[in-house]
Amino acid sequence: MTRTIHLSLDINGERRELDVEPRVTLLDALRDHLALTGTKKGCDQGQCGACTCHVDDKRVLSCLTLAAQVEGRQVTTIEGLADENGVLHAVQSAFIEHDAFQCGYCTPGQIMSAVACIREGHAGSDAEIREYMSGNLCRCGAYNNIVVAVREAAKAVSAPARMVEVA
Amino acid sequence: MRDFSYLRAASTEEASQAAREAGAMLLAGGTTLLDLAKCGVAEPDTVIDITHLSGLGGIAVDANGAMIGALAKMGEVADDPLIKAAFPAVAESLSLAASQQLRNMATIGGNLLQRTRCTYFRDPAVFPACNKRNPGSGCSAMGGVTRNHAVLGTSEACIASNPGDLALALVAFDAVIETGSRKVAADDFFLLPGHTPEKETVLQPGEIITGISIPASAAAKNSTYLKVRDRQSYEFAAASAAVGLEFEMDGKTVRDIRVALGGVATKPWRARAVEKALIGKVLDLVAIEKATKLAMEGAVSHGDNHYKIDLAPRVIARAIMKVATSNVAPSNVGGLA
Repeated sequence: MTRTIHLSLDINGERRELDVEPRVTLLDALRDHLALTGTKKGCDQGQCGACTCHVDDKRVLSCLTLAAQVEGRQVTTIEGLADENGVLHAVQSAFIEHDAFQCGYCTPGQIMSAVACIREGHAGSDAEIREYMSGNLCRCGAYNNIVVAVREAAKAVSAPARMVEVA
Repeated sequence: MRDFSYLRAASTEEASQAAREAGAMLLAGGTTLLDLAKCGVAEPDTVIDITHLSGLGGIAVDANGAMIGALAKMGEVADDPLIKAAFPAVAESLSLAASQQLRNMATIGGNLLQRTRCTYFRDPAVFPACNKRNPGSGCSAMGGVTRNHAVLGTSEACIASNPGDLALALVAFDAVIETGSRKVAADDFFLLPGHTPEKETVLQPGEIITGISIPASAAAKNSTYLKVRDRQSYEFAAASAAVGLEFEMDGKTVRDIRVALGGVATKPWRARAVEKALIGKVLDLVAIEKATKLAMEGAVSHGDNHYKIDLAPRVIARAIMKVATSNVAPSNVGGLA
């Protein structure tokens, strides 16, 4: 008794059509149905943050979101962060610059979370960054460099747009 | 996760009607329902998505109090400047709960209906016995690892603790939970486990929370939420307290005090004995220490969770000291530097 539903989703500004069982999460839809494997599956239980994406510019956990729930909303994944010319987002550049990872598995979730953290205005101090990034776990323990990367990216993002392009 | 059919409700009435069917479950933020479906605890036949419904969101605050729509997100309420000003304990209880990702998803109505974090409840494959999941099957937590289990409000059938943060603040400040058909005091909304731990609230099948109202008060305005836990962030409470305080004109005699406890009880726990012991008294360290111990009257520990009986009164005391010194010169409060 496999019942599928047809969904039309807006992923990284593109319209994507798919037929899935109702129980399919946004995470599984991205990875298994749309070949967008940048979003990672860690715990699949809402505890690690590896699957963090943006829905209508807010960071959410795609493992606890049904694909059906985001119809009519704008989804952004790590693949949609760089601009159309492939120039990396300031947070992506900062993670490379400050070596804010070891194995890299949590990195897409960390970066998506950090972009939102800065946009929310929750990157005002190292303590605030640690609190508002607490939903993203890093088993390698790269936390110190992640905090530095978010702090420096927050400065770059708040600088005039021209400066960001140069960076 | 077992498959289910998906219905996007067009109206609250349609959702309510559909939710009356056996096997139907409502989906708002989804952070509890999908998590429990993956654990095998929730096995819905139909999931009714209410997230798109209009008229159930929004936050309004005026001189009389706050009205928060059931679909308002935890993060929205935590960051609302008017809520922060009039009900700091409410805003703090939300910002200290979960992570920002979860707060962007989870709704206020859904937050009140979150299930216990009891490890035995959440693992049916390994622990079939659970009176909350399967009435009459027994309790696997009794005699097990009980570090996170309740010491207050327990029964022979269940010792699972209520994991909520917001709910304490609501219980402390006499909030009212509204459904389409009635208004229920927050303190009456949650049920003790007794012989029926599977029934956690007074909600009837198909009844949907539409909003929460919180009356304004001086104690709510001078309030705080203190949460003590095993790690600094993104963790459930070992013990937590929502406390509000209003002094008489002299700045040291208690006119009104509200105390509610979390992490230690089977439901959001209003500590009325503590309040009663302090109203009309001059607040000093001796009075606080004596009064906060009353919160643990009737507490029963199960070994690993015994520490909560010592911890909870200290958490309340720290929260009282914080609100006592926040808007009064410390010299006015005997011994509270």
